[in-house]
Amino acid sequence: MALDDRFHNRDFKVVGNRVTRPDGIDKVTGRARFGADMTAPGMLIAKVLRSPHAHARINGIDTSKAEALPGVKAVVTYADFASAHAPDDDNLVNCMAKDKALYDGHAVAAVAAISTAVARKALKLIEVDYEVLPHVTDVDEAMKPDAPVLHEDAQDESVPAGTPKNVVRRYEFGHGDVDAGFAQADKVIERSFRTEAAHQGYIEPHACLASYGSDGRADLWCCTQGQYAVRAMCAGMLGMQASDLRVTASEIGGGFGGKTTVFIEPVALALSRKAGKPVKLVMERSEVFRASGPTASTSIDCKIGMTKDGRITAGRAELRYQGGAFPGSPVEFGAMSGFAPYDLENVQAIGWDVVTNRPKQAAYRAPGAPMAAYAVESVIDELCQELGLDPLEVRIRNCAHEGTLSPYGVTYPKIGLEETLKAVQSHPNWTAPLGPNQGRGVACGFWFNFGGNTCVSLNIDEDGTVSLSTGNPDIGGSRASMSQMCAEELGIPYDRVRCSIADTSLLGYNDVTDGSRVTFAVGLATIKAAQDAIKKMCGRAAAIWGIPEDAVEWEDGCAKPAGPNAGEHPPMSLAEIAAVSSQTGGPIAGHYECNADGAGVSFATHLVDVEIDPETGFTKVLRYLVAQDAGKAVNPDYVEGQFQGGAVQGIGWSLNEEYIYGEDGRLQNAGFLDYRIPVASDLPMIDTVIVEVPNPGHPYGVRGVGETSIVPPLAAISNAVSHAIGKRMTQIPMSPPRIVEALEG
Amino acid sequence: MRYEAPSSFEEASGLLAGETGVTRILAGGTDVLVQLRSGLVEPDLIVDIKRIPGAKDITRTDDGGWRIGAAVSGAEMGEHAELKAAWPGIVEAVELIGSTQVQGRCTMAGNLCNGSPAADSVPAMIAADAIAEVVGPSGTRDVYVEEIPLGPGRTRLEKGDVIAAIRLPARPERAGDAYLRFIPRTEMDIAVVSAGVSLCLDASGKVLDARIGLGAVGPTVVNAAAAADAIIGTTLDDAAIAAMIEAVATACSPIDDKRGTVKFRTKVAGVLAKRAALKAAERAKA
Amino acid sequence: MSQIHVTTKINGDETEFLCGPEETLLDVLRDHLGMTGTKEGCGTGDCGACSVTVDGRLVCSCLMLGAEAEGHEIGTIEGVAKGDELHPVQKKFLDHAALQCGICTPGFLVAAKALLDRTLEPTEEEVRYWLAGNLCRCTGYDKIVRAVMDTAAELRGA
Repeated sequence: MALDDRFHNRDFKVVGNRVTRPDGIDKVTGRARFGADMTAPGMLIAKVLRSPHAHARINGIDTSKAEALPGVKAVVTYADFASAHAPDDDNLVNCMAKDKALYDGHAVAAVAAISTAVARKALKLIEVDYEVLPHVTDVDEAMKPDAPVLHEDAQDESVPAGTPKNVVRRYEFGHGDVDAGFAQADKVIERSFRTEAAHQGYIEPHACLASYGSDGRADLWCCTQGQYAVRAMCAGMLGMQASDLRVTASEIGGGFGGKTTVFIEPVALALSRKAGKPVKLVMERSEVFRASGPTASTSIDCKIGMTKDGRITAGRAELRYQGGAFPGSPVEFGAMSGFAPYDLENVQAIGWDVVTNRPKQAAYRAPGAPMAAYAVESVIDELCQELGLDPLEVRIRNCAHEGTLSPYGVTYPKIGLEETLKAVQSHPNWTAPLGPNQGRGVACGFWFNFGGNTCVSLNIDEDGTVSLSTGNPDIGGSRASMSQMCAEELGIPYDRVRCSIADTSLLGYNDVTDGSRVTFAVGLATIKAAQDAIKKMCGRAAAIWGIPEDAVEWEDGCAKPAGPNAGEHPPMSLAEIAAVSSQTGGPIAGHYECNADGAGVSFATHLVDVEIDPETGFTKVLRYLVAQDAGKAVNPDYVEGQFQGGAVQGIGWSLNEEYIYGEDGRLQNAGFLDYRIPVASDLPMIDTVIVEVPNPGHPYGVRGVGETSIVPPLAAISNAVSHAIGKRMTQIPMSPPRIVEALEG
Repeated sequence: MRYEAPSSFEEASGLLAGETGVTRILAGGTDVLVQLRSGLVEPDLIVDIKRIPGAKDITRTDDGGWRIGAAVSGAEMGEHAELKAAWPGIVEAVELIGSTQVQGRCTMAGNLCNGSPAADSVPAMIAADAIAEVVGPSGTRDVYVEEIPLGPGRTRLEKGDVIAAIRLPARPERAGDAYLRFIPRTEMDIAVVSAGVSLCLDASGKVLDARIGLGAVGPTVVNAAAAADAIIGTTLDDAAIAAMIEAVATACSPIDDKRGTVKFRTKVAGVLAKRAALKAAERAKA
Repeated sequence: MSQIHVTTKINGDETEFLCGPEETLLDVLRDHLGMTGTKEGCGTGDCGACSVTVDGRLVCSCLMLGAEAEGHEIGTIEGVAKGDELHPVQKKFLDHAALQCGICTPGFLVAAKALLDRTLEPTEEEVRYWLAGNLCRCTGYDKIVRAVMDTAAELRGA
């Protein structure tokens, strides 16, 4: 049976419906409990002392005066972790500075006290002996031979000998012969681009409540994208057994990748261990900006050759990403993904991972990909402009299909890129008339999508309802989509399923809610767990009917006799089987665990029109269209929401969001006033087209949809602005002063 | 920290004068609470003036002008149809301060006392030649708004001084005002640069009198008198506007910072002054 | 540090509390009264997650001292529904999927209700500017604006 038949001929009853989310009432009434909403009897309040210096050696920390302050119950520094852990865990040294403060905002000590006021006062009594060192925050500056060095030993063997020490990793991807490709081109354009660091900008600051008992066991409540990863990291840092630490994920107020790691959780645990009381630690907004994990800033050179009829003959990019004070910038993903939408004979991408005196980057929605796409899609746009070609037709001509060898070495299975391009081509926005000072931009984007470790259980309750337990925080409606897939597979109504997010003691390890993995991988495991339960229910029915198990089939939520020798038995519904389960062998449950593969890559095409005020450089977004392949949209409302949210984050990054460091290496805009995320009045409605080219790796054809939507906007908007003003823009964000500069330059 | 909510401005002044430590006056609180939160200021005494009778009133003065109590919020000014008709530029300036939520609290007097060169209402007040009624230890006195700012975060007000109200003059015939600011978003930002223009026309449409206030182009809001002179006696023809833009540029001494550059601010100050002048003239003709 | 005794009405209920002079209304609601539906996203009036009404007027509870509440009527997210009956704007937020993570939702609902209490005929532009002080990072605002517009249409019987 052809794959497409399997998906397209399936008559979905619940999947594909715009159902109301099960946690909805809690979230519109204020009842839902987020990170900072939990309290415990006898709870202390913690505050963190942070370095005011971008780079400084810590010669000593004197906490005695703080400890003597009435109401202070514990003070911790790196020394409180060191005995329990190996010396060079980057995550630990990021959570609490060891011998050097590596960026403005780097934690150096923390206090737990009976009130916020006392904790604040205590911070002022901690004396840190800093020896201020030269600093560097710019990626290109950090790569120079005379740049201040952050770490003597962070460079690995991927980097050629003699390269300056802040360059810590090198990656290379591609195939073919790019020089030969460029020789075949009628036009070759090479440009250099810069993008500034953006922050995920989740509205909920990091928050946790730690309670460490005298028996060496601890409970941790926190807002996180992955309670199991938090457990693993914290247990390691505190020298605990994983099973002695139970982590419960609160409702989470946004993450976008920024809550895939730990910043304050180990600190709260250490304070609680020392004080012997529960400790609540909540970041202030300025701390979120200074000391959580924004994305990389980048500097990229990109060169592409094209024939005069629009065939791309070769593409080459050299990408330099700074990921803050430790190795791990997402340059590898950037180098893999920039050319991924295209079927290229000759392609090469080289990535350099660079450390600077900035906070350690964390994932941000399709980490690394938007910047690489910005460079590639900008140069393709300029080639189309120079050669007088239609940018959509050129992309359709060159786009990847099933069987295309991707630049990162994978041959694509069935994908939906061309379908997104054609959806844009047939959308009214593509032909809407443009006025003066207006410009139109188009760009494509790619994201890998992840699968990963997944463990799901479901219980068939005695009244015929189903309790589904998954291990991934519901960051944007996943309880609904899991319940839909569970109901679909079991053949019962959506409202008979209740999905709960398990704490770490209840299920096996689930990877973090990241990589757009949850609807795909947890959905897949949910379907398989439902099939497991179905098998057991068929067995129970078979026992009741006295026929072999394989003579029973499951259809429309009922066990039915199947085949000529099964006999005549009325179907038994899930509820009927559940009601008598105590007489047929006890409770019925389904379970599935896997390391999910086959996530199915994702592509999108975005189209945007802007209008520029040529006197002030102000950009107004007039209309915006997202067309993206969802494989199968389980809940179209929330798929559209992902498309729209990602696009708007990209709009913000393109126009106004940036980390601004002063000469002193201090962050200048650590607040929502000057870190300017889009507000409602900045935007038009965001139009969406859901393309559905089923993912062969998922029973229902689902692909992850969360991340791809942030990949094209930087390029799409830059292309639109460039057309509106008649000058090619090469730096993100395109803030008004930069646009005025371009116009006058 | 002590919190006091006196029932007269004289009492407020006495509390402020009698406190040896750091004091803050609380009207809308939209700046003061941010300062408290950041730990920038740790006051010993906070004096809330909102319970003082009259502090939240908008009234006409005997000479036909307006008196706006120091605790009147931006939203309350925006809802006052008569005031809005008389001084649309002032009201639109106040209404640009912050979000809907901030509008529910923020005050024009607080905006002035905060001492920011980027304060939205101040260029409009300077263009309007507004007067602050200051209650101090030695009694009540009038001070031109223009004279109050001294530099970022600093004012000419002294210990024990508290602004009780802002007064706006009566409007002659054919008068109009306008305020425009530039921000990178459409809302929620501090002005990168701004311009307030108030003018009146003669029967032939020539500018009889004009005042121009510029925001975020120097350590205090600037009264750009030479720029105003450039349009007085003109019909705001292209040559007059060009001369005004040049005078605006001369009046600017901005800095490069996270919100804008010297070059950008200087250029856009001229653009906004032009647009505000034309808008004010249009209102004067209406 | 001496505590201040404050008498106020919250969601229609007479409420007394003691607070420190430096504590904000947001601190009082969340830490003293257990009303954690009102969220803190920034503490500086830039995000709107802590939106409440004071005598019917929309404000950020982080920009107001608890002591200032004396004699005033406060409205919070916990008072938007009447018992089990959701306010129409709460229903429309669910119908339109106008929330993803939900942290900004209480602030948006309090703000949207304050708008709808003033007018049932807001234009899209008015809705967008009224809500510009409420940051949402998940939705791109599209579905939020639609939900508010649709609530207005329903309430005016359109």
